Amino acid sequence: MDRLFECVNCKLNLCQYLFFHRQEILKWNGWGYSDTRFLFNKKGQAEFTGKRYRLSGMIIPALQNWFEGTFGASVQHKSPAMPILTSSAVQPPTLNEAFVDELKSTGIPCSHDAEDRVFRGHGHCLHEVFALREGKVGRVPDIVVWPNCHNDVVKIVELACKHNVCLIPYGGGTSVSSALECPPEETRCIVSLDTSQMNRILWIDEKNLTAHVEAGIVGQELERLLNESGYCTGHEPDSMEFSSLGGWVATRASGMKKNIYGNIEDLVVHVKMVTPQGVIEKGCQCPRMSTGPDIHHFIMGSEGTLGVVTEVTMKIRPMPEYQKYGSVVFPNFEQGVACLREVAKQRCAPASIRLMDNEQFKFGHALKPQVSSIFTSFLDGLKKFYITKFKGFDPDRLCVATLLFEGDREKVLQHEKQVYDIAAKFGGLAAGEDNGQRGYMLTFVIAYLRDLGMDYYVIGESFETSVPWDRVLDICRNVKARIIQECKDKGVQFSPLSTCRVTQTYDAGACVYFYFAFNYRGLSDPVHVYEQVEHAAREEILANGGSLSHHHGVGKLRKEWMRETISDVGMGMLKSVKNYVDPKNIFGNRNLI
Amino acid sequence: DISFKKIIETGSSVLLLFLSDPMLKKRDDFEDILEERRNSSDLKYALRCYTPVLYKGVTPCTSSMLKSMVLQSDQLHYVINQVSKETGKATDDIKEEASAILEEMAQCLQLSTVRFFAFTLSKAFKTLFRSICVNEDGIQRLQQAIQEHPVVLLPSHRSYMDFLLMSYILYTYDVALPVIAAGMDFMGMKFVGEMLRMSGAFFIRRSFGGDKLYWALFSEYVKTMLKNGFAPVEFFLEGTRSRTSKSLTPKLGLLNIVMDPFLKGEVFDVNVVPVSISYERVLEETLYARELLGIPKPKESTSGLFKARKILSEDYGSIHVYFGQPVSVRSLAQGKVNRCQFNLVPRHIPRRPSEDIASFVNDSAYRLVRAQEENMVLKPWVLVASLLLQYHHQNQAAGQKRGIALGELTAQAVWLRDLSRQYGAFLHWPGTVVTQVFTIILLALCVLTICEDKELLSQAVILLSCASYRNQALHVFVRPALLALAIHTEVFNSFSFLRNMFSNEFILCPGATVQDFEEACYLLVKTGALQFTQQEVLVTERGHRTLAFLSTMLDPFLQGYQVVCRFLCEEATETLTEKQFIPAVRKFIKKLLLAGRLRYMEVLSSDLQKNSLAALLRLGAVRKMKG
Repeated sequence: MDRLFECVNCKLNLCQYLFFHRQEILKWNGWGYSDTRFLFNKKGQAEFTGKRYRLSGMIIPALQNWFEGTFGASVQHKSPAMPILTSSAVQPPTLNEAFVDELKSTGIPCSHDAEDRVFRGHGHCLHEVFALREGKVGRVPDIVVWPNCHNDVVKIVELACKHNVCLIPYGGGTSVSSALECPPEETRCIVSLDTSQMNRILWIDEKNLTAHVEAGIVGQELERLLNESGYCTGHEPDSMEFSSLGGWVATRASGMKKNIYGNIEDLVVHVKMVTPQGVIEKGCQCPRMSTGPDIHHFIMGSEGTLGVVTEVTMKIRPMPEYQKYGSVVFPNFEQGVACLREVAKQRCAPASIRLMDNEQFKFGHALKPQVSSIFTSFLDGLKKFYITKFKGFDPDRLCVATLLFEGDREKVLQHEKQVYDIAAKFGGLAAGEDNGQRGYMLTFVIAYLRDLGMDYYVIGESFETSVPWDRVLDICRNVKARIIQECKDKGVQFSPLSTCRVTQTYDAGACVYFYFAFNYRGLSDPVHVYEQVEHAAREEILANGGSLSHHHGVGKLRKEWMRETISDVGMGMLKSVKNYVDPKNIFGNRNLI
Repeated sequence: DISFKKIIETGSSVLLLFLSDPMLKKRDDFEDILEERRNSSDLKYALRCYTPVLYKGVTPCTSSMLKSMVLQSDQLHYVINQVSKETGKATDDIKEEASAILEEMAQCLQLSTVRFFAFTLSKAFKTLFRSICVNEDGIQRLQQAIQEHPVVLLPSHRSYMDFLLMSYILYTYDVALPVIAAGMDFMGMKFVGEMLRMSGAFFIRRSFGGDKLYWALFSEYVKTMLKNGFAPVEFFLEGTRSRTSKSLTPKLGLLNIVMDPFLKGEVFDVNVVPVSISYERVLEETLYARELLGIPKPKESTSGLFKARKILSEDYGSIHVYFGQPVSVRSLAQGKVNRCQFNLVPRHIPRRPSEDIASFVNDSAYRLVRAQEENMVLKPWVLVASLLLQYHHQNQAAGQKRGIALGELTAQAVWLRDLSRQYGAFLHWPGTVVTQVFTIILLALCVLTICEDKELLSQAVILLSCASYRNQALHVFVRPALLALAIHTEVFNSFSFLRNMFSNEFILCPGATVQDFEEACYLLVKTGALQFTQQEVLVTERGHRTLAFLSTMLDPFLQGYQVVCRFLCEEATETLTEKQFIPAVRKFIKKLLLAGRLRYMEVLSSDLQKNSLAALLRLGAVRKMKG
């Protein structure tokens, strides 16, 4: 299977690295691996360093032009990050001595080293990363513990209750909802419970096609291990290199290939969670039950407010025999959305189907690596000529859908034809496998690009929503326009990048992603401006019938809209569950409600 | 009086910070578009290259495409099925019916017709008017707005001329021509109706209350044109021509329709542009006065229009057209409407607007009419007419028939000019005071002499015409005038009562009593007519003159409402129908006038009578009985 981000010469298990000091291979103030980043070299050309990704080590000639043109930025104007963390910036830990003593007597590893604490005190929201780049550190956990198994977690939770300390579960640290931020008003000792050591597949049941897995395992490791036995989960969120199984359950994650494999709620068969009241789990591993409200739905999306997910039984599938990428160019976004809607209606969506708008299409184009042969560049030119001149597509309006098919070779080819036939009815032209594959690669490198932007006065972020089909076009148009208007009103000097894509299709609607970035030169408090604009964009999403979140979760960032999202009674229900399960607010990250 | 004190203490200081001084209101300069018409060929002008900028990304769309878009819309499908279920008619039949209605309604804008009008109107305008002055900055703002978002044009409505004039101006400036909502009565004029249709008018029935199909077609038609940026949509907020030169209470139907696409998220924003058209003299001047006095309006007909040709030999002065600041519906709705309310029902299913939307649209409508009023240009004659009317009535009361010394009138006019400027009036006062007043006097003399006429009705015609000039300035004075009437009683309560009573008569936004009171206080204090101390309100030495002028200005209305009340008390029986009301009250008033027990002939105006009845109904003083 062709993996987009496979470790090329990585012999060591990632999780071994992740033991006490993840920061040795991961950036402490940016996204991903320390050896992997975008930079503009001396010639001004963009380069992607490292050896981990397909794009690694390549020159990306068009990026500089696109970057400078889109943002009005310049490679001459740098805004570098602080290279190292000064430990004086980190407040000394507030330790609950009695708790620490008893914890140490259990033999579960723990640390109150500044770097360990800072690393687990944030997710990847813009404001979090921006502050780190400036060397600013707010309230962080006072101590980090690394339980090795379910029973360790039971002990830790018991001790936490006994000594009244605050527990914040930590999985992959890829949150983008301020969920990992320590509440500044928390006066108790805050303990970060790092699940990274609970990373084993405990058993695989080939009869029922399930696997019982510890919740700290990260996505790529889970897939790698299952692949060794010829299986996969098929759950591939964009963050799967770093995010953990427990995190997926706690946030109701969604994967790129959910059309075949389902979202996390479809994949989970059994969950074990440790709460202050004890362990919650079902008594069987049944495919479906009619036993009152599904208790899994109290756990999924609880965002660490009720307990720690320790073990999960997940559905697994035999690895697909054949995978094929594809892409379709549409004359405009409207036609593209109409096509996706039709595909959803006929329930023939491939493993993944995504529609980028025109701006994102151009962005994707700017990320084309240097072509190796004259022949490829000639072909590219020919394709471009065919689409714009011969077919009359307006290069400023056309947009592209990327596709991923998976399964039996024969069925894939048949499926492919069906989808391309539908696309043709909406004016779509097949545009090759390469474009498709590059589109998916972008998913994994886009977070690295944000760091590049931040080196040159450009900040940005993405956020998502889900929306009924009849609202898709309206929400895309209005939210993008709102972002542009708000930037103007808030004094942003340069026109922002405001773009979107439809990333998932459902029977009754779609998931839409917005990307938003701007050049902040001339602004005294760029992060505040950014937050105001994102806030306005979210209001616009809600006013246009979109959801508060499709899969990122609520965290603390979107809490203020929960009441209108789930009604007063709904809030009351969630609160009463919290009050019963965790009356002392041991799981005190204050997410969600 | 607690509320009053509180307002003075908290209100005034806040007000000084937030209410910009009306005198500092910045307004654009005017350009006379007829000047060029007088110096160059009309034919060339009519045939020139016309290439307006359109809404970004708009794909050109013919009027037949528009019709089919409407007929194929989700909303129409829904309503057709609904009607079919209710009536048992086949959907195909209803579809046909819908298609026929749309045929009757739809505009079919054609450039050739526009060019024909450009030519003929140039000729007509040059003979009728001395100048047509337009604020070019406003046109530029409009151009900009058209490119950004769908645009709705909201001109004030004083004359049939209005919408031809609007299209003429937009053609002149190369701005996209609007489609105009016009009353069905125009359709009666065979040839002209079709001409208007080809110049962008679409026709709506005056009333179609319960007709779901008609409403769906009409609203979908307007929305389709708006959403696709096909053309700016133009309609008259006041619904009909104002016969009195006062702005009319806004009608909300069309405003609801054009705001709907924004509220439902179908467009990012809608720009609404209030346009103030001020005529020095409206073509329909005497017609209006006669109509108000009960001499029925001639049905619109083509032959009638040709008879109106004699109008061409008269002088109607100049017209000022002011294109106001585009108002973003999005910013109007900010914090007032929760758009999430449309999330739970498919948007194509027609629903009655919720309470918050209804009140939002209503408030916006009042704001927009006030925006029209604010930029109405007042000519000197308007102020002099106000003065002369007051003199006339005082003389009458005193039983005297003496004239006014020219010098005195000039001095008065200067005083009033300065006062109205301080109140933020948009005055057009070229030349010196004396020359202005002198030319006016020539006009004024006619009025005063004709007043000698013994025939009641013809006297009333003159007086009502004269009052219609004064009415143009009412919006400037109405708030302080209400305060002036209330000043010697429990101020805030009386103000609030009067304001409430007159809210069918003047543009007073419901629910804005406190703001209006503050505005009135602010203006009177600023001009030194009132002083506020800790305990009380003092009228200053020079304030007496201002207050007297202001309260006298509203006196005819006050008396009128009183007379209507008296009529209802003394003469009305249970059997009085709505139809009989106007003739009966008119008869009653005539009697009083002839007996010399009433001095204001204006009270004969059916407009005032209708408004007062509506106010009494609203206040619950009278009740409508069914059957």
